[in-house]
Formats: sequence, C-alpha cells, structure tokens
Amino acid sequence: MAHSEAEVLSGLAEIVNEETGLATEAVEPSKSFTDDLDIDSISMMTIVVNAEKKFGVKIPDDDVKDLVTVQDAVDYIVKAQDA
Amino acid sequence: MPKLSTPTPQRYSRISGIGGYRSEHAVSNDEIVGPINSSDEWIRQRTGIITRHRAGPDVQLIDMAEEAGSEAIANAGLKPSDIGGILIATVTFPYPTPSAASLLTERLGTGPIPAWDISAACAGYCYGIAQADGLVRAGTMDNVLVIGAEKLSDIIDPTDRSISFILGDGAGAVVVSHSDEPGIAQSVWGSKGENWETIRMTNSLLDLRDDRENAPWPTLRQDGPSVFRWAVWDMAEVAQEALDAAGVQASDLAAFVPHQANMRIIDELAKQLKLPDTVKIGRDIADNGNTSSASIPLATERLLRENPELHGGLALQIGFGAGLVYGAQVVVLP
Repeated sequence: MAHSEAEVLSGLAEIVNEETGLATEAVEPSKSFTDDLDIDSISMMTIVVNAEKKFGVKIPDDDVKDLVTVQDAVDYIVKAQDA
Repeated sequence: MPKLSTPTPQRYSRISGIGGYRSEHAVSNDEIVGPINSSDEWIRQRTGIITRHRAGPDVQLIDMAEEAGSEAIANAGLKPSDIGGILIATVTFPYPTPSAASLLTERLGTGPIPAWDISAACAGYCYGIAQADGLVRAGTMDNVLVIGAEKLSDIIDPTDRSISFILGDGAGAVVVSHSDEPGIAQSVWGSKGENWETIRMTNSLLDLRDDRENAPWPTLRQDGPSVFRWAVWDMAEVAQEALDAAGVQASDLAAFVPHQANMRIIDELAKQLKLPDTVKIGRDIADNGNTSSASIPLATERLLRENPELHGGLALQIGFGAGLVYGAQVVVLP
C-alpha cells in the first residue's frame, strides 16, 4: 500500500535519525541534505538504500544526486510508489 | 583408446604461510590535504584513514612482492624450490608484459615454474586464492605462491578528491598448499561489466602515445557513492553466499577480512552480516590505507600477528573493486 506524503516524510526522518543521530524534527522538507543537515555522500547512500527498503521503491544511483532537499526525496518516493 | 593420466583427484588445499611488506614511509592526512582543499578531519570522517604507507622511488612493486613472497614461503616452512607456481594480483606493475610473476621466479630462484599476473584490482587476491585452490585441488601443483602487490602511488593524482588520497603501497602474500583437510572453501566470484567505468583510469596508454603534449599520465578515479552502495549491500549478499558455500555461519568465524577500501564500508558490511562481537575484523586501513590487491593478505597478516589465538580459525575474506569484480571465500587461517 502506498504511503502518504506525510508518512514518507516521517519515515524518512526516522531513517535520517538512525543514520546520523539528527532529531526527526530537524528533518524538515525545505532542508538540504548536504548544506543544512550536513549529510555526506556516503551517509546519503545509506539513507537511500534504507528508504528503498522501507517504501518498496527503487532509487538508481544517477537519481540520488537530484535529491537535494528533503522535499525532493519525499516527492521522488511518493512518485516512485505510484510507478 | 588409452585412458588419459591425470593427477590424483579429490584432495584439499589450505593456506600454509603468510607474509607482508609495508612501506616504511607513513604519509599523514596533513601531508596530502593541501591539493584537495581538505582536512585531516574530513578524511578521517569519510574513510577512517589516519595514515597510508607509500613506497619511495627506490622501492618498486617487484621489490615489495619479493619481500612478501619470501616471508610467506619461509612462514610455510618451505623453500623457493618447493613452489610450483606464482600468481601476482596487481594493477600497477608498470609493464603490460612480461609479467611481474615471471620476474619473481628469477628473483626468488624458484626454477622455471608457471607464473602469471592477475588483473582483478581489489578482488585480485581472492581471485588468486580461487585459482590456487583449484590448481592444488586438481593436483596440478602442490604449493602455489599468491601475492597481492601494488604501488598505487604511481597512479594517483594529488588533486583528485575521489580516491587518490586513500591509496597506499604494499604487498601481501600467502602460500596455498595441498592438505588432507579442507582449508579453503568454494569461492564465490564474479564481475559486473555494466559498471566498468565506476572505478576507472582517466585515460589509456594509447591516449598518452597519441597526444604526448596534452594527455595526462593515467590516474585512478571512482564514483564513490555508487561504489559504496555496491560494496556494502551487493557484497553483503556475496559474503553470505560464501558462508553458505562453506557450510558455516557468521558465528563460526574467528575473523572477517574484507578488502580495506574504506572504514565505513567495513563497518557497514559487518553490520549487514550481523557479525557477533567475537569475530575479529581486519581494520588495517586506518594505518595502511587502501592497498588494493595487497589489502586482504596484509590485514590478515596483521590480525594474526596481533591476535595469535586466531591461528587455525575460520576467516571470511572478500575482495571487490574495479571491473567491477568481486571474490570471496572462507579459509582456515594459517
């Protein structure tokens, strides 16, 4: 069953928290993974793989660089669920 | 028609000796951060590397291979004349032909035995073990010298932020010998040619020939995040297949020795494999950097030196790298 946008945001925040220790509240849609949340490319890939498992979607390596903000990732996952 | 004569079938192989060569010069992060506009903290946080050992201009790859190989032969209680074949895994011998292995027969005085190089990058040592295991079990040879040797400092670009700063030089060697009991389990090895460019050279030797004015000296590059994903999640599956092929579980292991690519890959791989705390993990990369084909035997040699109780225990070793290629097997530690 497809997750709502709010569920994806909340699930993503949990994944980010698990990887980085950042509080889930800090994972706001407008935040940049790199510039605001200080997540490096290796941690980002771990987050991507865990998001794939949690939401049942595929996020190819080439698409990961386009996920600049949290909202980008949420949108991508919501759309990928429908594909 | 007469029946063909073949060597005695159904015997086993084991690692009977190990040796290593580490370059004396430890290069700190502070010494290399300038050209990549980085810091000691940045390198430690992303790779776990504190120093990497690099050979000077007076030490060549073949010198390191000779040191490691001689030590492994002596450690096995053998003489060079007992060795039936030499395999050198390397991507940095500066001659496409003849091979480093052939030169080493002369250096070691083994006699005119079969000798060849293996081009399988950071999986090269595990490829060598797979080949040596097959040769010994088939009865083709009794003792095979397998060496991983690299002088990666010859193919680095000081301004490259993708891989150069993690690379070091060194050589590790083992002897694979015939055995009455299984000492090397079935290898799980393969390739993923669709990702040929994920870890690559900047250009070919032909580019250098055709444009000597402008073509740069070929150096190594990688797509780090893609490599990380493949090295952790795909290699965790390969590692599990190697355990299954050996008929053992993670809890049966005494040691886990992955290719020393990046401490974060090592940590995440161990997490994915759910290794119990009792399993010693090779973490030579912190001091020695990434030495490609040499990294697994060097990390194994260090683990055994620092933890003598590991002798005779089971180790899962897995190599992975440019190709992309990978190889894994469970072995009994010498």
